[in-house]
Amino acid sequence: MLRKDNVAMNRAPFSLTLDKSAPEVGNKVLRNTYMLLAATLAFSALMAGVSMALALPTWMYLVSVIGAILMGMFVLPRTANSSAGIGVIFAITGLLGLGLGSILTAYLALPKGPEIIATAFGGTALIFLGLSGYALTAKRDFSFLGGFVFAGMMVVVVAIIANLFLQMPALSLAISAAIILLMSAFILFDTSRIINGGETNYIMATYGLYLSIFNIFVSLLQILGIMGGDD
Amino acid sequence: MNLFLQITLAVVLVMMLFFLWPAFKHWQEHGPKASKGDWPAVVLPLALVVGLVVLLVALVR
Repeated sequence: MLRKDNVAMNRAPFSLTLDKSAPEVGNKVLRNTYMLLAATLAFSALMAGVSMALALPTWMYLVSVIGAILMGMFVLPRTANSSAGIGVIFAITGLLGLGLGSILTAYLALPKGPEIIATAFGGTALIFLGLSGYALTAKRDFSFLGGFVFAGMMVVVVAIIANLFLQMPALSLAISAAIILLMSAFILFDTSRIINGGETNYIMATYGLYLSIFNIFVSLLQILGIMGGDD
Repeated sequence: MNLFLQITLAVVLVMMLFFLWPAFKHWQEHGPKASKGDWPAVVLPLALVVGLVVLLVALVR
């Protein structure tokens, strides 16, 4: 069984400003967010390909997650309001792609590896597109989820820290399942905040959605690897 | 190498907890409260996500 640590969940604190009088602003932020999200996902995939071609070792995943968390906490919030923020978000997503490539290499060595990766990829796409579409058409404000998702994040982070040293497969599986649910709630929360004017910085909005997609993909990989593997 | 990385990651995650705390407190105290029908509107899509994951697991088994 492969062990991974689903920890690339660093998120900057959100402002509580909710400007409902500017739907045009929300639409513009949403458009820019989706464009930047597509570009960062493509860059991340490219870096994952580079990582796989170079056959980087699996510890590269931990290095990339540590680097991404630190940049997400200390560099991105300081640069998100300038053009430098674009470079920083590409650096973070590229780094995470590099780390992801190293675990994909390990998964490809499993008997059902390619099938597991393809299924996780399809599942992640389905979850993201479905939840985004739902949040965009539901005409509901999901900002009330704020307390719930941040409380959930803190509980999950504590569980991840514990499992870094306990190395319990059952806890690892439970953490992955919790992350998928939590990140799904974050997609509703983030998308709703963008369209309602609660998040006006498309770099931070992209960062939030990218992390949700990344964490769902890695957690799905882990669940499918444990439940679908022959070992 | 791995143990060193695990300890570093644990330290970074503890830092992240301190980083998350103000956001969590802010949302708990000042975040909008759910109105009638809000929670079912969240539980339904999340239940569908659970169903999809179960289906994907069955597919790869």
